[in-house]
Amino acid sequence: MPQKARERWGSRTGFLLAAIGSAIGLGNIWRFPAEAYKNGGGAFLLPYLIALLTAGLPLLILEYTVGRKYRRSPPAAFRQLAKPVQVIGWWQVAICFVIATYYSVILAWAVRYVGFSVGEQWGDNPEEFLFGDFLQAAETPGDVSGYVAGVFWPLLAVWLVVLVVLAFGVRRGIERANMLFIPLLVIFFAVLVIRALTLDGAAGGLDALFSPDWSALGEGSVWVAAYGQIFFSLSIGFGIMVTYASYLGRRADLSGSALVAGFANSSFEILAGIGVFATLGFMAQAEGVPVDEVATEGLGLAFVAFPTVISSMPTGWLFGLLFFVSLAIAGFTSLVSIVQVVVASVQDRTGMSRVPAVLSVGGLIAVVSLLLFSSDNGVWFLDASDHFINQYGIALAALVFVVVVAWWLRALPQLQEHANATSAVRLGKWWLFFLGLVTPLGLGWMMVDSLRSEFDENYGGFTDDFLLKYGWGVAIGALVVGILLSLIPWRHTDELPLSEPGRGSGPPTGGPGTSGTGTSGTGTAGTGTAGTTKNGTTRERGR
Amino acid sequence: MSAAAVTMMCIAIVIVWGGLVAAILRLRKHPDVPDDDASGEPV
Repeated sequence: MPQKARERWGSRTGFLLAAIGSAIGLGNIWRFPAEAYKNGGGAFLLPYLIALLTAGLPLLILEYTVGRKYRRSPPAAFRQLAKPVQVIGWWQVAICFVIATYYSVILAWAVRYVGFSVGEQWGDNPEEFLFGDFLQAAETPGDVSGYVAGVFWPLLAVWLVVLVVLAFGVRRGIERANMLFIPLLVIFFAVLVIRALTLDGAAGGLDALFSPDWSALGEGSVWVAAYGQIFFSLSIGFGIMVTYASYLGRRADLSGSALVAGFANSSFEILAGIGVFATLGFMAQAEGVPVDEVATEGLGLAFVAFPTVISSMPTGWLFGLLFFVSLAIAGFTSLVSIVQVVVASVQDRTGMSRVPAVLSVGGLIAVVSLLLFSSDNGVWFLDASDHFINQYGIALAALVFVVVVAWWLRALPQLQEHANATSAVRLGKWWLFFLGLVTPLGLGWMMVDSLRSEFDENYGGFTDDFLLKYGWGVAIGALVVGILLSLIPWRHTDELPLSEPGRGSGPPTGGPGTSGTGTSGTGTAGTGTAGTTKNGTTRERGR
Repeated sequence: MSAAAVTMMCIAIVIVWGGLVAAILRLRKHPDVPDDDASGEPV
């Protein structure tokens, strides 16, 4: 059967905006400001930047390098590193499946709240409106006992749009959507921040956020929080960046692009911090209470605190519109990238064409999402599964991957060479040191810290039974599914040419400025033949 | 806002947004070399 050429980004800007769109998500808006505030305020900047430079960026570069080198989604790319490592790839696919099911429902809520902002339909009590009127949440968390039409329909609409974008493919779907949405997001959020800064009390909010508490730097938990924030906000550890980088050209830059994406993500977080705390400062002043009494995060910030603020300011509906549209855009571009990991992995594994893969795989995720999260217990499932899949899915999979690549396969030097052949920023020994030592220590420390608090008290006050099913069960289930998927034997025709770590499908060694050398292979659309580069390494077949 | 808060806000903006600008400038000086199979048409 003739192999098809792998899809490609249309431009470097397109890839960068898609990578930035994936990284900038709900966590930038509703997690970073509160994390910074709770962990030393202005002083948090120091551990945050150290975590970005010593763990976030090195790991991001690693994922770009693996993706571009093997030009496959995580399972197939990791299988190229060494056969057993594909388990980690399938584990990440299962994690993405789980996250996509609940991440989409938050988007659906944001979309509904765009409408609710007009006329401030939450009335005098936004919290009661959220859990009662809108979500109709069961009083006691348990199994599904009913469905909420007000959540089901917008969730269905979100899924239809996501699937349409994915069906158009990498260049015409994902890239075009990000080229449109990311500039829009920046404009919308910038306008929102300017408005927030003109509110009475804004300075008080910013003072609370940026006043440094240097003593906090002596606390281990602050450093854990900084590494956690960087890790969760950069979209690393999901396999997303491996997947996105697999659509790069063989001579595309890696490390320079990672620096742009990493700093763009942090730049948006700083902007979000300013916008959110200026708004909270206004709320605190209006209610005559200190900022610490109104400072919140997550769902409470977006769907309770912001509606409260919107109701108490002139032309609040416009502010609400800007905020909830920004939230929806930030979430949408991230959701597309999460689902693409699953779709691309199934495509790479089965050879299925894009549209059938999107319809079957994406459709399955959509159905599970609708069945679980438009129910009256959706918000409780979301809370528990989000916490456990983050801590014992994403973070643990990333830790295992880094340890395997750095210490078991000892593949970092070859990957470093691969990245350096085409990159704007040369990776030195520092990259090996940070990835081999600092990143595993940072992630390991996060893991121990999180486990300790897990055994101190039940997360969110949920019962043991509920957490076993929808918390631990989801996280462990993702690992088990990953292992089972990796055990399905690959037919000979599915098999990609396996290579030793660092060998195979490498870029031409000529590096930048040597156009025309080393790419004499015939890996073009429809040929299905393995080509050979000038330096003798095997080029993988295009599919 | 206290002087310390203003200082930290300015430092945050300069380092993070400055880092973004520097990274973009660095990348612009290093354009990608096109591949011979860079058609990239979706399939």
